[in-house]
Amino acid sequence: MSAAAAGRDPLESTRFEAVIGLEVHVQLLTRTKMFCRCEARFGTEANALTCPVCLGLPGSLPCINRRAVESTVRVGLAFGSEIPLLTKFDRKSYFYPDLPKGYQISQKDDPICKGGRVEFFVDGEIRVARLVRIHLEEDAGKNIHVEGRPESWVDLNRAGTPLMEVVSEPDLRTPREAGDYMRMLRQVMLYLGVSDCNMEEGSLRCDCNVSTRLRGASHLETRTEIKNLNSFLNVEKALEHEIARQIRLRETGREAEIVQETRLYDPDRGETRSMRGKEEAHDYRYFPEPDLAPLVFSPEWIDGLRATLPELPLVRLGRFQEDLGLSAYHADQLVRDKEIADYFERCVESYRQPQSVGNWVLNALREELRSRGVGIEDIGVAPERFAELVRAVDDGAVSTQKARDVLRAMADSGRPAAELIREMGVEQISDDSFLRGVVQDVIAAHPGPVEDVRRGKRNSINFLVGQVMRRTKGQANPAMAMSLIDELIGSPPAE
Amino acid sequence: MEIRDRIRRGEMSALEAVDEALRQLDVVNPRLQAALQIFPDGARTAAAAIDRRLAAGEDAGPLAGVPFTVKDNFCTLEGHTTAGSRILESFASPYDATAVRKLKEAGAVCVAKTNLDEFGMGSSTENSAFHVTRNPWKTTHVPGGSSGGAAALAVSTGGMIHLGSDTGGSIRQPSACCGASGLKPTYGRVSRYGLVAFASSLDQIGPIQSSALDCALVLETIAGADPMDSTSRDLPVPRYADEAQQDIRGLRLGVPAEYFPEGIEAEVEEKVRAAIEVFREMGAEVRDVSLPHTRYANPAYVLVSAAEASSNLARYDGVHYGRRSVSASGLVDMYCRSRGEGFGAEVKRRILIGTFVLSSGYYDAYYLTALRVRNLIRQDFEKVYREVDAVVCPTSPVPAFPLGDRIDDPLKLYAVDVLTVPANLASLPGMSIPCGFTSEALPVGLQIYGRPMQDEIVLRLACAYQARTDHHLRAPPVCGWRGGEEGG
Ligand SMILES: [Zn+2]
Repeated sequence: MSAAAAGRDPLESTRFEAVIGLEVHVQLLTRTKMFCRCEARFGTEANALTCPVCLGLPGSLPCINRRAVESTVRVGLAFGSEIPLLTKFDRKSYFYPDLPKGYQISQKDDPICKGGRVEFFVDGEIRVARLVRIHLEEDAGKNIHVEGRPESWVDLNRAGTPLMEVVSEPDLRTPREAGDYMRMLRQVMLYLGVSDCNMEEGSLRCDCNVSTRLRGASHLETRTEIKNLNSFLNVEKALEHEIARQIRLRETGREAEIVQETRLYDPDRGETRSMRGKEEAHDYRYFPEPDLAPLVFSPEWIDGLRATLPELPLVRLGRFQEDLGLSAYHADQLVRDKEIADYFERCVESYRQPQSVGNWVLNALREELRSRGVGIEDIGVAPERFAELVRAVDDGAVSTQKARDVLRAMADSGRPAAELIREMGVEQISDDSFLRGVVQDVIAAHPGPVEDVRRGKRNSINFLVGQVMRRTKGQANPAMAMSLIDELIGSPPAE
Repeated sequence: MEIRDRIRRGEMSALEAVDEALRQLDVVNPRLQAALQIFPDGARTAAAAIDRRLAAGEDAGPLAGVPFTVKDNFCTLEGHTTAGSRILESFASPYDATAVRKLKEAGAVCVAKTNLDEFGMGSSTENSAFHVTRNPWKTTHVPGGSSGGAAALAVSTGGMIHLGSDTGGSIRQPSACCGASGLKPTYGRVSRYGLVAFASSLDQIGPIQSSALDCALVLETIAGADPMDSTSRDLPVPRYADEAQQDIRGLRLGVPAEYFPEGIEAEVEEKVRAAIEVFREMGAEVRDVSLPHTRYANPAYVLVSAAEASSNLARYDGVHYGRRSVSASGLVDMYCRSRGEGFGAEVKRRILIGTFVLSSGYYDAYYLTALRVRNLIRQDFEKVYREVDAVVCPTSPVPAFPLGDRIDDPLKLYAVDVLTVPANLASLPGMSIPCGFTSEALPVGLQIYGRPMQDEIVLRLACAYQARTDHHLRAPPVCGWRGGEEGG
């Protein structure tokens, strides 16, 4: 959060603080929809992925997608939630064209997960937000308004896809905390493989509940809800604007104007706006979904799912620092993306130099991924082969600079590093007796610069190294060349 | 089922069976208006296909060539699926209900869809948006409801299968009014997939025939688990027709005092008590039992069914299918007008009641209380079923009543269901069979309740009774089959 350059920034207020709770909606990655067997995916012709169930046709009935339930339980286990042995679904009623049944199947009193806590980092310091619950529901379709046409259209491809809602306690205090909390949620979802968390496609959406109060107070003031934020940046910006708005009202004695309402964030104008008028007082008339029997879990089934949990980001972060000796920065960078971290670990398995492997993964490899625009699984370089390249660099068999060319060639051809290094003629010459001969030749050929070096003109040594490189077509190990020049100039020539 | 056996023996082709069914419909329907849609062309084409398979020596299914009708709240690929409502008047389902699919897979042929109270809400079939149906015994009287069309056809025609649905008595009460044999199976015994929902936790599909044995045969075909209905039960399906013909000696029958309430017509009580004597003579043990919460069943039923209906009927909003008002401007206006024009008065009344009882502030007092009563009713039966195998009682406190007699007084109409709703609240199997006629020549229904998932005991008692009596064989004045050979 940047401090405003001039004037008082309400966000810097020492008198007031914000209280923030998030409701994060996560699109689950399942093959089929929540209550029918239609494919759950994006980017198809409108209404192509529908059936009587997700169209809400007369007589159709829902059937629970076990996979979605499992995913939700796994997320709950990852956050230490209680998993009650009985869970049930409820109907939430409201009329809207994108909701074909006139109700959404959701969960009210008996969510799949109760409680739990999310640990996350803000500026290197650990924070905790408690969870209220995690429940499962079905997504709605999409209303489509075509510019200049009087009628609207509805696409129900998304209708009935599984949506998990993670509800936090109002434990967050700053927009930055809210953003970092959400980043951690995303990281964990990716680690569990339950969602692609693709924010452009709306796989991760957030409603923010925010109120403000005198700093240190323990009661909760009237809150507003900012709906449907779909990027970390928008979450942070929207909260900044809303908190500033509320504090400004408090500072000027107009706190009565803070009312419980739903607000929308307008990123272009940088403000939140009341949806007043649109938002009527909803009575959702929840009642137990009679078409679905309650689900009863066995403790063994839950334990079975617990066994499928991968090592979670924070645990891995600690291990990378303690067991592999990585810096906090490098460990954090590696852990952020599960695929990168997995790749890194497989590299380290075959070449146990975590620091140099980590460096190469985070720099050369990531750069290569970026320039190719592919994920790590598509780069075509097996971790064992990548480790060989790092080892070759560490052994002086190839220069750092040339190693990047070799990596590119590896990705292009899928061939091993050693082969390509030889073939591309980029083997670094680190053979002492050979280099010693070349250095002796260079010294003999350039008495002037040699004299300069003897008199302490260090610049001239670079010239001599350059000559060595020229005579070896750039393959000499430059560090070795330099130390040999020092050695040979400093001592009387052998004769 | 005689028609099935005759086709099987080659004495009759499937096409002849269907033509005979269509002929009977031609005779009775103008007078009874029991069918909403008849499919002569589709049925004859399907029958001809069955005949070709039979001619080729193929197994065309256990019900090959048998014509069937379904209540018009079953989704069918044939015709429209209206649920008796204007709002679905032109709705064509892209799929068959599971029960319909199973009948077709068994070789049966869909010939017609029968009239009903709109969305199954009513006990007289007078709430159909299209027309009333008349009682074949006395055409000035109602056939009962909501499966009135099916019950009227079950006694006035022969050689067909009829499926109805029962949410609070909608199979049993019209069966009683028409002298038919109608079974509401245990909840979960038959898949509800493709049945236009009224109240999901109460709805169940079942047969209405002229004999209990035929009901057993139909149940055998349509029962069983369905992956499309997670409330269907994954339990083995007995050979109901065989089970139904077993001896009833030693079965213990309970007669609940609460089921002969004040206001029951004397002739109804008399015929039912006489029927219970027949069971005693056949070797059943009869004893008095008590179901003390019976008088709370009807109010609980009204609240639970209305609550679920208000939600189930929310989808008829004019947006995706069904009726959309042409005069609407804007979204909310479209909702209001489409639903306002599309639903009848009784449906609106139940939606209002249901919406009210689910509203915050009233939910606990009404909906939750109703659920608690439902539980007490369940417990009443659990207790009684520790000492008896089945409960026998009247189906309805009154026989068929004149058209228009009760339609303007919802409470008087709801009172007709008082003896049938407990089966739905407690998820029990229940059946109505004719046990005599009043002095006005109107049938009286005997009701048999069984334990959950013991539908075969109910059928066994009904079959045993029908082996000793001939009420179910009598033909009504409006009749398409009298003089013909079918009747079984
Ligand atoms: Zn679908």
